Amino acid sequence: MRASLERQRYLLDYTLAALSRRKARNLGLLLAYTLLVFLFSAVLLLSQGLRREAALLLQDAPEVVVQQLMAGRHALLPAAWLDSLRQIRGVGSVKGRLWGYYYDPVIKANYTVMVAPDRSLAADQLIIGAGLARARRLGVADYFSLRAADGRALPFKISGVLDTHSELLSADLILLSEAGFRALFDFPPDHYTDAALTVRNPREAATIAGKIALALPGSRPILRAELLRTYDAVFSWREGMLFVTLGALLLAFMILAWDKTAGLSAEEKREIGILKAIGWETSDILAMKLWEGMLLSLTAFLAGYLLAWWQVFHDGARWFAPVLKGWAVLYPDFRLTPAVDLQQLLVLLGITVLPYIVATLIPIWRAAIADPDAAMRG
Amino acid sequence: MRRPHRFLARRANAALLLLTILLLLFGLSLVDGWWHSRSPIQSADTVLVRELGLTDLSLFTEARYTRHPSQADRFSAFQDHPAALDHFPSGALLPPPPALSAPSP
Amino acid sequence: MIELREVSKIFNQGQPNECRALCGVSLDLARGGITAFKGPSGSGKTTLLALVGCLARPTSGRILLDGRLLSNLPERFLTEVRRHTFGFVFQQFNLIRGLTVLENVMLPAYPLGWPYRELVNAASILLDRFGLAAKASSRVEWLSGGEAQRTALARALINDPAVLIADEPTANLDSALSREVLTLLGELAGQGRTVLVSSHDPLVFDAAQVDRVVELHDGRIVRDAGRAREPS
Repeated sequence: MRASLERQRYLLDYTLAALSRRKARNLGLLLAYTLLVFLFSAVLLLSQGLRREAALLLQDAPEVVVQQLMAGRHALLPAAWLDSLRQIRGVGSVKGRLWGYYYDPVIKANYTVMVAPDRSLAADQLIIGAGLARARRLGVADYFSLRAADGRALPFKISGVLDTHSELLSADLILLSEAGFRALFDFPPDHYTDAALTVRNPREAATIAGKIALALPGSRPILRAELLRTYDAVFSWREGMLFVTLGALLLAFMILAWDKTAGLSAEEKREIGILKAIGWETSDILAMKLWEGMLLSLTAFLAGYLLAWWQVFHDGARWFAPVLKGWAVLYPDFRLTPAVDLQQLLVLLGITVLPYIVATLIPIWRAAIADPDAAMRG
Repeated sequence: MRRPHRFLARRANAALLLLTILLLLFGLSLVDGWWHSRSPIQSADTVLVRELGLTDLSLFTEARYTRHPSQADRFSAFQDHPAALDHFPSGALLPPPPALSAPSP
Repeated sequence: MIELREVSKIFNQGQPNECRALCGVSLDLARGGITAFKGPSGSGKTTLLALVGCLARPTSGRILLDGRLLSNLPERFLTEVRRHTFGFVFQQFNLIRGLTVLENVMLPAYPLGWPYRELVNAASILLDRFGLAAKASSRVEWLSGGEAQRTALARALINDPAVLIADEPTANLDSALSREVLTLLGELAGQGRTVLVSSHDPLVFDAAQVDRVVELHDGRIVRDAGRAREPS
C-alpha cells in the first residue's frame, strides 16, 4: 500500500521533471487550457445563475398578463376590458397596469416607465432605478426633466432611488404616479397598457387563458409559466454566438493539445525506450503519462473553474459585462446567487478534461508497448 | 550525509500541495453553492416583483423586445423570423419566447 | 548461470531489408567475472547483450537464467527479471535529459516505491563511491563524458543487480578514463557481480580484469578464450 502510493509520488516526480524541461511551452499550454476552462465555465455558470435567478424572482410575477392586440401589434387596453375579465370564472383580482418606455437622448438609453400605485407619489415625483441614477448621476431630491408627449419638458422631483440589490430587475425603472404617467405620455384616460390577473386556482391558469382568448378575441393572455419558460431558454446552452465562438476555441485548443501529445517526438520515444530498458513496466510508463495529463488538465480545470466561480458569483461577472451589455447604455450591477449543478460540472469535465487525457494516452500506449531494445541501438 | 532534498523541494510534494489547495477551494465552492441554495432569497427583488408585477429582467435595455421579451408584441424584430439572429448583440443570447415560435392558435 | 541455446535474431524478417544479427549462438556464462564480447561493428555483440538482458526476444533458440527459460516469459515477468537481475550501461549513456544526476541514478527504482529517504541515501552512497557527490544536483547535460559514464554506472547499480551489462563502455572516453572504468568494472566483478561488456577496443579485451573474451563475427562465435585465473 505504502509502496504503491510512494510509486505514484515517484512517477509524479518524473512527470514534473519531464514537464519542467519545456517550462515555457507547458506553462503556456496550462495557461491556454485554464483560460479555455474559465471561459466555458464562466458562460455556463453565468447563464445558469441568471436562469435560476429569473426563475426564482419571477415566481411572484402576475399569473396572467392580458394584452390587447390590434393589427398584430400590442395596443392599449380599454378600461372596459377589466370588467369583462373580472366576469370570467376563476379569475381573482384584475389590475390595469400602466407602463411604457422613454428614450433619453442625453445618454441614449431606454428607460422603463411604470406606475407604482402603492407608493402614493405626487404627480411630479419620481422614483428611479439605481442603474439610471448611476448613469445620469442623479440622487434623491434632484430634479429630472422628461420630455412630454407634446414636446414640453416636464420637471420631476426624485423622491427615491430603488435598492441596488434589486438592480437586476429595476436598473432602468422610472416609477411615477398615475397622474404623472398620463400627463407625461398624454395617455388616454380610459385605457391601460395591459392587465395583470391573479387566478383562484393556479393550476387552472391555462384553462382560464383559453377562456379569456375566447371571451375577448383581440386579447393575448401571457401565462407566468410562459414567462418562466422564456427565461429558461435565455442563454440556454446551445444558443448564442458566444458558444459558437467558444466551440471554435475548443477545437483550436484540441488541435494544439493533439499536436503536443499525439505527435510523440522521437526524443520522447527514445526516453520511453530507456525507461523500459532500465526496468520500468508498460504500466509504469502509462501511469506516468496519465499523471502528466491529469496534472495539466486537473490543474487547468480547477483553476479555470474557480476563477469563473469567483468572477461570476463574487465579482458580479464584471469581465462579461461588455458581452451581456451589448449596445445597451444601462447595465445592472448585480450579484448572482452561487449555485452548483452536478450535471453542469460533469459536462464541463467531459468537454475539457476527458479529451485531453485520452489524447495524451493513446499515442503513449503505442510507444509504451514497443520493445525496449531501441535504447541499446541508440 | 548531506540531505539534498527538503520536503517541499521534492517536485511531487509541491504539485500535490497545489492540487490539494485547488481541490479544497473547489470543495469550498461546492459548499458555497449548497449553502446559498438552502437559504431562500427574500430580498428587495421579490418585494418589488410582487408590488409592481414585474415580468422581466432589466438585463438588456437596448430595445423593447429585449427589455421585456415575455411581453414583446408580434411586430418586434426577431418575431418576423423567430430563429433569426438579431440586430442587437443581446439578440444572439436571447432567443424569442417559445410562445412566439409555436404556431399561433 | 546464463545459457544460450542455438539463439538467432533476425530483424525485419521476411522483408527486403532482412538482417541476420545472430545465427545459432550457443554460450554458457558463469556467475562472476568480466566477460568481454569482441568484434567489429555489426558483428552482433550489442544484439547478443540485448537478448541476454531481456531487452528483446530471440527469433529462435532458448535463453535460460539459472535454469529458468526466459524466452517465452510474458512481457511483465520479463520486465520483472530485467529489473532485478540486470543493470545496463548503454553506449550513449542514455541518461534522461533535464533530470539531475541524483534523479537519474534513482530512476530505475521509481516503480518499486521505496521510501524516498532510503532511495536518496542508496543513490547518494553510489554517487559518493563514484566520486559524483558534488554533482548530485546538477543536470546531466552539464556532465563531462567520464562523469556521465559513472552516472550511468551508478544508475545501473541502484537496484543491486546480479549482472551488469555494459555496451561499449569505453567508446566515448579517452584511454585514461577507459582504464578508470575498467578498474571500476573489475571492482564490481570482484564483489561477485557478473559483468558483460561488448567492445572493439583492444584496451578492454586485453585488460587484466577481463576473465573471458568471446569473439563474434557476422553473428557467429568465432573464438572463445577463457583466461586462466588463480582460484581465489
